[in-house]
Amino acid sequence: MAAKDVLGRAGEDRAARYLEASGYVVLDRNWRIRDGELDLVVARAGELVVVEVKTRRGDGFGHPFEAVDDRKQRRMWRLAIAWIAAHPDEAQGRRLRLDAVALTGPDPATAVLEHLEDLR
Amino acid sequence: MTTARTWAIALTGLDGDLVEVEADLSNQTPEFRIIGLPDKALGEAVQRVHNASANCGLALPRRRLTVNLSPASVPKHGSGFDVAIAIASLATQGRMDADSIAQTVHIGELGLDGRLRPVPGVLPAVMAAAREGKRRVIVPHANAAEASLVEGIEVVGAVSLADVARWHGADVEERRLDPVPAPASVREQHGDADLADVIGQRDAVEALIAAAAGGHHMLMSGPPGAGKTMLANRLPGILPALDDAAALEVAAIRSLSGDPVSSLVRRPPLEAPHHSASIAALVGGGSRVLRPGAIARATHGVLFLDEVGEFPPSVLDALRQPLEKGAITIHRAGVAASFPASFQLILATNPCPCGNYGVRGASCICPPMAIRRYLGKLSGPLLDRVDIELGLARVSVAHAADLTVDAVTTDAAAARVAEARARAAHRLCDTPWRINARVSGPWLREGPLALAPVVRRPIDAALQRGSLTLRGYDRVLRVAWTLGDLAGRASPSMHDIGRALFMKKGITI
Repeated sequence: MAAKDVLGRAGEDRAARYLEASGYVVLDRNWRIRDGELDLVVARAGELVVVEVKTRRGDGFGHPFEAVDDRKQRRMWRLAIAWIAAHPDEAQGRRLRLDAVALTGPDPATAVLEHLEDLR
Repeated sequence: MTTARTWAIALTGLDGDLVEVEADLSNQTPEFRIIGLPDKALGEAVQRVHNASANCGLALPRRRLTVNLSPASVPKHGSGFDVAIAIASLATQGRMDADSIAQTVHIGELGLDGRLRPVPGVLPAVMAAAREGKRRVIVPHANAAEASLVEGIEVVGAVSLADVARWHGADVEERRLDPVPAPASVREQHGDADLADVIGQRDAVEALIAAAAGGHHMLMSGPPGAGKTMLANRLPGILPALDDAAALEVAAIRSLSGDPVSSLVRRPPLEAPHHSASIAALVGGGSRVLRPGAIARATHGVLFLDEVGEFPPSVLDALRQPLEKGAITIHRAGVAASFPASFQLILATNPCPCGNYGVRGASCICPPMAIRRYLGKLSGPLLDRVDIELGLARVSVAHAADLTVDAVTTDAAAARVAEARARAAHRLCDTPWRINARVSGPWLREGPLALAPVVRRPIDAALQRGSLTLRGYDRVLRVAWTLGDLAGRASPSMHDIGRALFMKKGITI
């Protein structure tokens, strides 16, 4: 595993813990099909949330959220629909939402965590 | 605090509209958008604001910023909104005093290093802000002197964006930056030319003084080297100094043309466009940004058209409406702008294409048709508005050697002009007019001060003979009144009428 992937995986762990602490249930992690990958799929009450996690050591190359652009969001929607098609029972009766979690700092365990709800 | 607002000014011609610049910070992925009818230069403010903020140590929030310029229907152009956009955007995080920002008008362009760069049109913009009741305006350091010409508004000159932010209470470290200097003026000054330099043209000098005293439009015709340009260049020196309102209007037009303005210039302006000038160059224009033309820059001063026979007739005819109304309104898709255009028109021409027609001791080689075509461009409605037509001859050796002793200086002429204008203004105090050139024909002929038939005899005769039209009759009367004012008479004498008639019919076309 390359260093960046280790960092990314550590960041996703941290984000999953944070979301669980906020009352969400993690339904799926790193769900991958040919089109791409969803980092986290979580749910809380009537909400089904697809979360993109971005981890960066610093903001020398821009803020993590700057990488979640329109193209990325369109792809997330497409994958989210595909996930719902693959998991109809878990998606049933829940409203879909896209979120992003950014982690900025050398160590994901202590990095600054920011959470954007309902990207549009 | 996720919204912040401040003020900027959108200029349409000389009229400024207050524009509310509101910034909203929403919890979305980073983005920076400007909405509200911006043009290309204003759309690029995104990049300038981004870099300028970063280089001032004031990072923009990493969320979605939406900047709205309202009223959204007013077209906005140029880079003068940069500072207002930057300050509103930075203030969404609440690092500055929101009240202070909401009461201040910001004008200026940002450099990538965060310094404030001067913009054209600061003077009319600040005038608009003061008129709309704003108390404070922050302008680039290089425009501070210009903005301070407006009374009743506090002017703050800022060197950099950090200065502005600190002024509103942000905690930014102070860095020494050299202010961006104002652009150097490209317009030459016709300062020191004295009327006494004009040698041997006494009639012409007297006619020039009459034109200045009565505000009469004048046409000069003479061979090359007779001194037409020399005379025209000396006219602003003998006109009365501009009053506050006029000087401010002249300065506002200069500012809009992109010339640096630092003090009020009291000398009336002189504009002498080349005869290749287009209609847009003369009356003003442009596609979206309407710029003042030569006639607007000549307002309260002199518009000198040299070699008027070389101007395209369409360009000359474009002068008719502004001559009538004293203002020009330019319409383009979606915008209309008004500029003042109350100028004194001085036309100069050669008598024919080769310049020698009617000159003693020289032979004209032009065929008759060429001469008629050359001067034919002048005839018609434009010439109808010219009160004084002056024929100039070349100065002979004898005149040049002899008459330098008692040449009229600019100061002496200016004093006579001022006295004559005061006399006219006193006489016309019950009328809407202040100078003789503006007085209406019927008032001259039948008003309370109509001349006695004895005095009028020379022009009555000319009218009956048909050598003078009724419109020409009125103009001779106007010039005669001016000559009477200059001579200190209560009303023109027969002699004044005769001289006025000569000044009207001095050129045979």
